[in-house]
Amino acid sequence: MAERVFMKGCEAIAEAATRAGCRFFAGYPITPQNEIPEYFARRMPEVGGTFVQGESEVASVNMLYGAVATGIRAMSSSSSCGISLYSEGVSYMAAARCPAVYVNVQRGGPGIGAIQPAQQDYLQATKASGNGGFKMIVLAPSTVQECVDMTYEAFDLAERDENPVLVLTDGVMGTMMEPVILPPMKSDAEVAEIRAKQAHRAVIGHAIGDQHTCEPGGIGDGWEKHNIETAAMYNTWDKDVRVEEFMMDDAEIVLAAYGISARISKVIVKELRKEGIKAGLIRPITVSPFPYDTFAKLDPAKVKGILDVEMSIPAQMRFDIDHAICGRIPVKECLRSGGQLLTNDQVMAGARELIKEVL
Amino acid sequence: MERNLMIAGFGGQGVMTMGKLLAEATCEATDLNVSFFPSYGAAMRGGTANCFVVISDEEIGAPVSYALEDLVVMNGPSLHKFLPTLKAGGNLFINSTIVTDEITRDDVKVISAPVTQMALDINNPRALNVIMLGVYVGATDAVPADVIIKGIEHKFEKKPKLIQPNIDAFNMGLEIGKAQK
Repeated sequence: MAERVFMKGCEAIAEAATRAGCRFFAGYPITPQNEIPEYFARRMPEVGGTFVQGESEVASVNMLYGAVATGIRAMSSSSSCGISLYSEGVSYMAAARCPAVYVNVQRGGPGIGAIQPAQQDYLQATKASGNGGFKMIVLAPSTVQECVDMTYEAFDLAERDENPVLVLTDGVMGTMMEPVILPPMKSDAEVAEIRAKQAHRAVIGHAIGDQHTCEPGGIGDGWEKHNIETAAMYNTWDKDVRVEEFMMDDAEIVLAAYGISARISKVIVKELRKEGIKAGLIRPITVSPFPYDTFAKLDPAKVKGILDVEMSIPAQMRFDIDHAICGRIPVKECLRSGGQLLTNDQVMAGARELIKEVL
Repeated sequence: MERNLMIAGFGGQGVMTMGKLLAEATCEATDLNVSFFPSYGAAMRGGTANCFVVISDEEIGAPVSYALEDLVVMNGPSLHKFLPTLKAGGNLFINSTIVTDEITRDDVKVISAPVTQMALDINNPRALNVIMLGVYVGATDAVPADVIIKGIEHKFEKKPKLIQPNIDAFNMGLEIGKAQK
């Protein structure tokens, strides 16, 4: 087994991408994700890759668009207000079916917000990362190890679907250090092979002969054809839904959380169990596609209440929970926001309030 | 068992390095889970810097806590700002060269060492953090002392001249910590 190393979340993401065969990174500095471009700046020349500090986020995301159009594995990263500037580029890559990977290390918002960690981009990330109603697989790691594993895998998913993939993390995980075991480094031959498979898209971003553009004034299936095709692709994602159900078999109180909030909630579930309270955790690992079925199948005769734990005020994941629960089980919230971090004690206090109300 | 520690002081006193050394050494030489989380922001010169280290034999939840088992304060402002976050019965480590204010709580255990002066006395003024790490490990047994010695050897692999002076500084602190256990 590979040795465990102590790494910062941002650096671990950059190393994992390099090991997955990423050979191009473009980005623009913003806290709290600066260690990602910093690491790439040092690492890319070592593996014959290219690092570019773009003149802006808009330039960087379009460099990513250009790079993935050549078939190379490429990545970018930013944080919250920077990610807002990515909207156009990401939408264009979804239109051109480009397998780009990008990372949002979330900070407080809206606007320039706070440089400290938050989870305030959930709805943007899962519902509308740009215009036009496209969807993406959005992976939500809750440990530095998962940051590594999900970044490594994101490239495979992006290429399988010819669609952008977003890794949605936050400033806690980006900044904190934890032990990780790194995945194997893909060889130059493997990297070349991956690129050859993508070569059909050449520099126009489309498979040749498969352009979807609609001539102005023309009558035809044009973009609707594209929309129908991508919708069919999104419909295959049921198999990609990932969720952790922890101590859910007999749970009466359910904590629901993703990312940083989930790892805190898990500790609280264990604490409550020690007191004899039947608590459980549902942790969406893919926040898109969302594990609606896991919530929908909850039995109101058994589950007395759900606590939605998020670092966002107002709550955002709550919309997806409500969509699945349809009012059958009471849902309460435990929230911090704007760069203020949740701690174990605050989540425990939130859980106790819910327990008092429903048990 | 989970144990959480905050180290706070002026920028430049090596509080981040101290936390990182403890956490990294624990990662390398034990099977324990460990996290390191630095505070950062629009810091000003002479302002406070701090970091959190959590060590646990179970999965770690929040890497940040305001109900601390252990608090290391290297300067006065940190004492006033963070003393309320220490749990009753917790350990308060004081750099007594600089922190001379009265401790306003009597429900915590105070362990003090004049680490700034000690570092000056051994002509190694930057080693105050390593001395304090010795005090911390000596008083708490948070990790075995060997773990940190191995960590120092690894950290200074490329600057072997610095290994022995840092081990000496660590051992000096270790004795003080043990004496106040």
